[in-house]
Amino acid sequence: MEKFEKIISSAVPLPLQDVDTDQIIPARFLKATTREGFGDNLFRDWRFDANGTANPDFILNQTNSTGKVLVAGKNFGCGSSREHAAWAIYDYGFKVVVSSFFADIFKNNALNNGLLPVQVSDPFLAKIFSAIENDPSTNLEVDLSNEKITLLATGESEHFEINSYKKYCLQQGYDDIDFLISKRAEIQEFERSLSI
Amino acid sequence: MIPNFKNWQGNTSTPDQMGKTLFDKIWNMHVVHSIEDGPQVLYIDRHFIHEVTSPQAFGGLKKRGIGVFNTSKTIATADHNVPTKDQHLPIKDALSRHQVDTLIKNCNEFGVELYGLGHPYQGIVHVIGPELGITQPGMTIVCGDSHTSTHGAFGNIAFGIGTSEVEQVLATQCVLQRKPKTMKIQVDGLLRKGVVSKDIILYVISQISTSGGTGYFVEFCGSAIESLSMEARMTICNMSIEMGARGGMIAPDEITFEYIKGREFAPQGVDWDKKMSFWKTLKTDEDAQFDREYYFNAADIEPMITYGTNPGMGIGISESVPAVQNTPDPSLTKALEYMDLKGGSQLLGKKIDYVFIGSCTNSRIEDLRMVADLVKGKQKADHVNAMIIPGSKQVEKQAMQEGLDQVLSEAGFELRQPGCSACLGMNEDKVPKGMYCVSTSNRNFEGRQGPGARTMLASPLTAAAAALTGCITDVREMIN
Ligand code: SF4
Repeated sequence: MEKFEKIISSAVPLPLQDVDTDQIIPARFLKATTREGFGDNLFRDWRFDANGTANPDFILNQTNSTGKVLVAGKNFGCGSSREHAAWAIYDYGFKVVVSSFFADIFKNNALNNGLLPVQVSDPFLAKIFSAIENDPSTNLEVDLSNEKITLLATGESEHFEINSYKKYCLQQGYDDIDFLISKRAEIQEFERSLSI
Repeated sequence: MIPNFKNWQGNTSTPDQMGKTLFDKIWNMHVVHSIEDGPQVLYIDRHFIHEVTSPQAFGGLKKRGIGVFNTSKTIATADHNVPTKDQHLPIKDALSRHQVDTLIKNCNEFGVELYGLGHPYQGIVHVIGPELGITQPGMTIVCGDSHTSTHGAFGNIAFGIGTSEVEQVLATQCVLQRKPKTMKIQVDGLLRKGVVSKDIILYVISQISTSGGTGYFVEFCGSAIESLSMEARMTICNMSIEMGARGGMIAPDEITFEYIKGREFAPQGVDWDKKMSFWKTLKTDEDAQFDREYYFNAADIEPMITYGTNPGMGIGISESVPAVQNTPDPSLTKALEYMDLKGGSQLLGKKIDYVFIGSCTNSRIEDLRMVADLVKGKQKADHVNAMIIPGSKQVEKQAMQEGLDQVLSEAGFELRQPGCSACLGMNEDKVPKGMYCVSTSNRNFEGRQGPGARTMLASPLTAAAAALTGCITDVREMIN
């Protein structure tokens, strides 16, 4: 996994609530056998029509809207537990998703794939949306070590929570599997000790 | 590179003196390591994998250049994406075929036992584990599928995991997990005529809602639960996740031990005796505290059926669909619209088009016997398409030995080959748009059984009754 420290980037706004994993990556794309390439189908049915023609109204198809940060409405990532949703967002090129609430499983899946979910208050989320609306190229700073997200144009910032284990993993570029692999000797010992 | 996690040598929490729940006991037994302000490293005794959620996990191992930590603890089967007709022929859909072929390749390469298509043990992953005696009390069991909770019927901790976690288990035989809270659901009393375990769980979910169990692991108990067979208990635990719970379990007893004894991978001889003395200790202490408790009376339960688009939207068969209130609940309005049902209407007598008997919830031999008993010597309604998908090759074989296939086909039911089938509609078994399907599966979400399909969840008895009459029927009127 890539190390995560600080990101300064413009952001892509998606001011919708309850964006579920079926919208993020529709079920018919679950037959793939690799993690890569899901970005092509991120928000597939919003991005393209049935013939594969890009929908000019959808935000990902607007050239003035780019960046490594996706900013979305409340309860992002609800629905099925498919990890493919986190893969698709990361594969597309996002490193951070900002919302005022995340579905539990999505949050875990994101963290396991180097994608940082930043949960902010509803008022701060509204501020971010209006800042982007005024200037689509406005920059956000996401500072993991200080657990702080800042609107650089105005200097307004907010603290966000992340448990210290997950923070350490992201900073070092480790995922849970790296952690478990570092414990292999201990696990082997444990396995041997299982009497029954 | 071996990552350096030396800052993360958290302490295991100190054991307290209070009584423990069965869940706590099994969980604690499997904790290898606890991370401060983080999850715990939980050792996994049995790992089931299938074609849909495993390829990326094997891909991860390859990328890291490592093998499977303990190949004897992982068992694979192909079920989600397989056809239920002509399984001896190559799979027609190219993507599905590729997924199944990838599973075969990965299992060969990494040395994992595979019960694939054509193997006498092949079947739905949550059906084959128990029937082969692989699923046992006191274990931790995981699979990349949410209905792994089924195995909890044997008094173990079983739950579904994501693909990264599948990779964790393959690589280290462990997962990182936060311990959930505990919930007790006690059902006492005698079940009424025509009411079976599927009705109990649909009733419970309708009472506590699809999110009532979120954050909890459930232990089911009480005289109504204890009186159930193992297969009936599996139906209950299977659907525990439909109320949001991480999983469900039932303490093992003589019925459990009797079921396991003599199965393919059950312990034998001295091993059996050793296991038995361990299994008999697997109980919640009298003074143990649950974080939440619910009590229900079995006599209050009727045959159940769902009217909406989540499993919590269930009613007794003689009840009416809830009326839309003055301040309408948008999810109810949306559900009724999708199902094309009127608030306040009766479901009895409503014409249906499909009957699906199958899925890891209700596709075992007892389910098939229940259906065969009811339909013996009768005919399904002409307009109904009635499908029965046995849970495994072994169930299929047993059904044939008992002559159930004969009874079923004479009644106009089509007995197909094992797999998940129309439970999730990933293969070609789908319910067409706008059609009503009385289904013994576990999810009635919009589009779950096919785009626009209208699913009504019910027990095998209620489903079979609907197939015979062609409409929603109170099965109690058909049995003595
Ligand atoms: S039968 Fe349905 S619920 Fe069960 S494992 Fe298969 S897809 Fe999942």
